[in-house]
Amino acid sequence: MSSVSVIYALMFYFATAVIVVGVGRKIAQYARTPAPLKIPTTPAPVTKGGVVVRMAKEVVLFASLFKSNKWIWIFGWMFHFALLLVLLRHLRYFTDPVWEWVALIQPFGKYAAFAMLAGLAGLWARRIVVDRVRYITGPSDHLMLALLVGIGITGALMTYVSHTDIVAVKAFFIGLITFNWQPLPTDGVLLAHLGLVVALMIVFPFSKLLHAPGVFFSPTRNQVDNPREKRHVAPWAAKLDAREE
Amino acid sequence: MAKVDFDTPEMQEVSILPKIKPGSMEHSSPFVAKDIHQEPLGFPGELVENFEEKVVEKMGDLLDKYRGFRVFLDSCVKCGACTDKCHYYLGTSDPKNMPVGRQDLLRSVYRRYFTFAGKYFPKLVGARDVSKEVLDEWHSYFHQCSQCRRCSVFCPYGIDTAEISMAAREILDSVGYGQKYCNEIIGKVFKIGNNLGLPGPALEDTLEGLEEDVMDDTGVEVKFPLDVQGAEVLLVTPSADFFAEPHIDGLMGYAKVFHAAGISWTISSYASEAANFGMFIGSYDNMRKISQRIRKAAMDLGVKRIVFGECGHAWRVAYSFLNTLAGPWDFLDPKYPVPQHILEVTHGLIQEGKLNIDKSRNDDIVPTFHDSCNVARASRMGDKPGGQFEIPREVIKAVCNNYVDMAPGTTHEATFCCGGGGGLLTDDLMEIRVKGALPRMEAYKQVTENNGVTNIVAICAICKAQFTKILPFYGFGMDAIMSAHQLVSNAIVLEGEGQDDADESEASEA
Ligand code: SF4
Ligand code: SF4
Repeated sequence: MSSVSVIYALMFYFATAVIVVGVGRKIAQYARTPAPLKIPTTPAPVTKGGVVVRMAKEVVLFASLFKSNKWIWIFGWMFHFALLLVLLRHLRYFTDPVWEWVALIQPFGKYAAFAMLAGLAGLWARRIVVDRVRYITGPSDHLMLALLVGIGITGALMTYVSHTDIVAVKAFFIGLITFNWQPLPTDGVLLAHLGLVVALMIVFPFSKLLHAPGVFFSPTRNQVDNPREKRHVAPWAAKLDAREE
Repeated sequence: MAKVDFDTPEMQEVSILPKIKPGSMEHSSPFVAKDIHQEPLGFPGELVENFEEKVVEKMGDLLDKYRGFRVFLDSCVKCGACTDKCHYYLGTSDPKNMPVGRQDLLRSVYRRYFTFAGKYFPKLVGARDVSKEVLDEWHSYFHQCSQCRRCSVFCPYGIDTAEISMAAREILDSVGYGQKYCNEIIGKVFKIGNNLGLPGPALEDTLEGLEEDVMDDTGVEVKFPLDVQGAEVLLVTPSADFFAEPHIDGLMGYAKVFHAAGISWTISSYASEAANFGMFIGSYDNMRKISQRIRKAAMDLGVKRIVFGECGHAWRVAYSFLNTLAGPWDFLDPKYPVPQHILEVTHGLIQEGKLNIDKSRNDDIVPTFHDSCNVARASRMGDKPGGQFEIPREVIKAVCNNYVDMAPGTTHEATFCCGGGGGLLTDDLMEIRVKGALPRMEAYKQVTENNGVTNIVAICAICKAQFTKILPFYGFGMDAIMSAHQLVSNAIVLEGEGQDDADESEASEA
């Protein structure tokens, strides 16, 4: 096995550990922190079921963003759902035999790369063209877009231009999962693609990508509107009551 | 009054999105609280020496106590969806008045001390150290936010800049750098019982005066009871209702409704204030202390129900927080929600046909309705989501013939703030108040021109006071603003009304 294969194997183990532990810790932190007051943005659902529907609309359709700005919505939604398709398509490199539904979406997933890049391009253009968005954009925002665009372009290159030895790539990843390491092909595009993916996995828990778990914990979206019916008291606030009695 | 030296923005037919003008409002900052305003609330009297440390410490404390604060600081992706949603940005073009721009003033400090990226790559993620300049900037721009939550409606993650503003003000207070207006007022509540510092005897006089006014108007003896033991309803209303125009006409409306329905009620001199500025300064402790006064008053007077008068943020604290802060309310009549809004009461009575209404008495008025932010986006009325929009409109339509709504996108959950909420209703912030009212004034102008609207109706003490002040800046009369219950008061026909008139004239003839 080449040293490149070993380095990439170690990188992937490291990146997986970082993203799993990092995001896990963040989720634990969010879950632990109380929301002492009822602050759903109203009108809000009055039942738990209603909250599930509200949250689903936010996560699947980006409902608030749709109300807000159609351009950001189009580009943002296109990017995220293309990314989802692409990720699902990639399951074929981690499963043997390939699950049937993964095989089914393969043709769509291949084209999704373009939708993903188009969405990213639109979002990036707004950061340059719209003065308000330019003002709030920092270096890390450009960097994040560069990472994603880099991943998209290198991926599309392998699909459409310079094919890599995909059978070997799959063997490498299954080897990682089963701790039975296999060599990784060493063509430049593949290594760039995987290197960028590793970088993205590592920055995930330390960046704004935390919006992914964050949205589920947002009290303005996930609270039931029932403060008159049900008393809502955080543990630290309950101590204030106890002190007086 | 502070010198007003700025241009009122021009109203547009179709709102045009302004280009950013960095720094255009950095001169706007409210008076700093002195020790006499700070200390009664449990805050240091002046900026503490080691404030750098203390700011970080307080921020850490809030991060552990409020999930929203933490999640909002982490989750913003700088998508820009909120950038054109704040009335203060639309009225000033200052990018630090874009919700995300405002959040970033605090997020930059959060990142520096509480995130890996900010600790090791501050430039990359725009992280910065605490300094006096940073606190000055917070004092300025977190008092250019009326905590109206319009941004939170439009953010894909529901990021609520109001929560960030409250936290920022709480941090500023905790290091001795508070805002005079809010803190002075909270001090008055603790000392006297209401924001105005109106003591019991003065309140009694005022209420007697009101009884006479109603008597003169209608010839009916409508009571304005104070501290009546065993009344059914405790009415908690913003103290502006006791003396300010058009608030006072609203209070007359509540009194007539109670009178007509035969509901015994009382005001409490101990809790003679619905407003709760503890919310504006983000202080759970102060908000709780103020709320506890209502609990004590309700217990002492032995009432069965609590009803709140027309006020936006007060209704938020009442509807959303009162159960948390001062509950449980198991000693009150379980047949009624605790608390109730006066509009819920009036609406119910109208539905049951218990009020005798003559709509034509409001025929000289073509009203539109201004949804107050805190009612629209932070609370509810009735038992269905959106009741906070329907109930006020249904009541208005039940008492007058000519109701007109303002343009969609400026009402309901997308309503524009009056420009004076969230602890900004002070003369030292006149410029931002006038400029922030621009989007609402544009929408109002449209219906005055296209639909002949004559009046704008509000259900919030702050909105009413703010409009009285700023309407003239935009070329409208200050008396265009009305209370919702003022319309009710006009239209309600009391039993025996007019009869006394006859008696009186007879008497004078004799
Ligand atoms: S809409 Fe929300 S996520 Fe987008 S920039 Fe504004 S605060 Fe950030
Ligand atoms: S809460 Fe209202 S005033 Fe504050 S930033 Fe958001 S939109 Fe502006």
